[in-house]
Amino acid sequence: MIEVSDLTKRYGGQTAVAGVSFRVQKGEIVGLLGPNGAGKSTILRILSCYLPATIGTARVAGFDVFDECDEVKKRIGYMPENNPLHPDMRVREYLTFRARLKGLSASRARERVGVVMDQCRLAEVGRRIVGQLSKGYRQRVGLADALVHQPELLILDEPTIGLDPYQVRAVRQLIKELGRTHTILVSTHVLPEVEMTCSRILILHEGRLLAADSKENLQKRLSQEEKVVAEIAAPLPELQECWKEMELIEHFDISPADGEYYRCALTARAGVDIRSLVFEQARLHGWTLRELTRGSHTLEDIFVHIIRGDQEETF
Amino acid sequence: MQVYLTLVRRELGGYFASLTGYILIAAVLLLLGLSFVDMLVKLNAEPTEAPLTEQFFVTVYFWFILLLTTPVITMRSFALEKFSGTYETLMTSPVKDVQVVLAKFTGALLFYAITWLPLGLYLVLVRHYSNDPAVLNPISLLTTFLGILLVGSLYISMGCFASSLTRSQVVAVMISFALGLGLFFLSLRSLMAAPGTGWPAGVFQFIAMTEHLEDFARGIVDTRCLVYYVTLSFFFLFLTLRVVESRRWR
Repeated sequence: MIEVSDLTKRYGGQTAVAGVSFRVQKGEIVGLLGPNGAGKSTILRILSCYLPATIGTARVAGFDVFDECDEVKKRIGYMPENNPLHPDMRVREYLTFRARLKGLSASRARERVGVVMDQCRLAEVGRRIVGQLSKGYRQRVGLADALVHQPELLILDEPTIGLDPYQVRAVRQLIKELGRTHTILVSTHVLPEVEMTCSRILILHEGRLLAADSKENLQKRLSQEEKVVAEIAAPLPELQECWKEMELIEHFDISPADGEYYRCALTARAGVDIRSLVFEQARLHGWTLRELTRGSHTLEDIFVHIIRGDQEETF
Repeated sequence: MQVYLTLVRRELGGYFASLTGYILIAAVLLLLGLSFVDMLVKLNAEPTEAPLTEQFFVTVYFWFILLLTTPVITMRSFALEKFSGTYETLMTSPVKDVQVVLAKFTGALLFYAITWLPLGLYLVLVRHYSNDPAVLNPISLLTTFLGILLVGSLYISMGCFASSLTRSQVVAVMISFALGLGLFFLSLRSLMAAPGTGWPAGVFQFIAMTEHLEDFARGIVDTRCLVYYVTLSFFFLFLTLRVVESRRWR
């Protein structure tokens, strides 16, 4: 559905995207993950024919985004970052306007607007003015707009930014549902988002593509380094000695928590779950253990991990 | 065509959905009303040979309205959409650049035309109460409106161009106001400066907008004026299109 090869975009002297290549198959939900300024929006804007690439080509549904941009525009539903809408229009009026703009006939537009309003649960706000809607509703209006002409590909730029947790869940659910019938490319800087919705993840950092893999594979790469956090009340030397003696622990870090508690971050050897061992040690020594958690891998961890791998390969 | 009409409707609707449209109409109504009062006072004071339509153009109100309202009408056309980000949704829809430019121009021109409608009413009103039916003939009324529309299309296209250059409506107003005022004073030169000889005098004669409008008010349609306004409007629309397209090669 999407073929991007060696895409580079420079603004003035700055390189926003540097030699990115990837493919998206029909029916996939692909997440474009990266911190702010990684070049996600730039890639999506190039794919939606808003900006030209400096070097490289991109094809959507077999059409070049620069030379055949009319064909491309017909086949994509694009929701830009921050989801700009005309605040002075009513919801149904806005969607009808967008549908007509995308070339639907009057009767077809009416029919499709009805369908997407049901799909995005907008039926009860059809007469409301867009500018007075809550952010969650506005986001759904943007999604409905992207869907209204039945595009083959949906390109969504940060669709859950600025929403409250409940709205985020609703929008994610909606994206997941849409994924059954559409190919979707969604950008985000929140890891749980891609974990929940996407089948494949592209990781972008400073304009370069660091990894492109399925969710399972990426997690596997990470889980080789299992981290466990334990909060224990015990004398410090005892703790240090104990962790030093345990062969399965590769690396540990102790920092004082409140009272007599210490926070121990323990990194185990590849593929070993040491939580039960830590508990066993606490029982043997008579320590008080008040927390034992598996360190969750944040987006930061993924970056650190992948960037480190990247550098090791180069040296 | 469908895309164009949809966009024109949206543009025109935008003026009425926000307060700007009503404020503009109110401002124009006030100025037109003042000019109407002036005209009545003058007609009362002394009898005149000149037709009603011409009476209107010799006042300053026409130029006030033209120079002040056109930048405000056009400031939103591109700048507002760029500022709010809807420009991105617009340009990533299957629309052509030329459709967008023409639709924005048409929408603004239609709104401009709407603000002028009360003038026709005033003129008809005077005719209704005057004993001499020759005071207003339908032909000169039509050509008057044609003149207003032609000058307007030049100023509207200039405003669209200014608006396409920036994402700030204030900057857009400033640019189009400067362009419009500049052109207006250039066109006044043939009246103010001593009649010279050679080509400069000819050029200034050719662009003398005040004289063009007096011609229109007398019911004269000079093809040179037509060519002047139509080509200049097209020129500014062409520049606007180029600015819109520049996104693709910048």
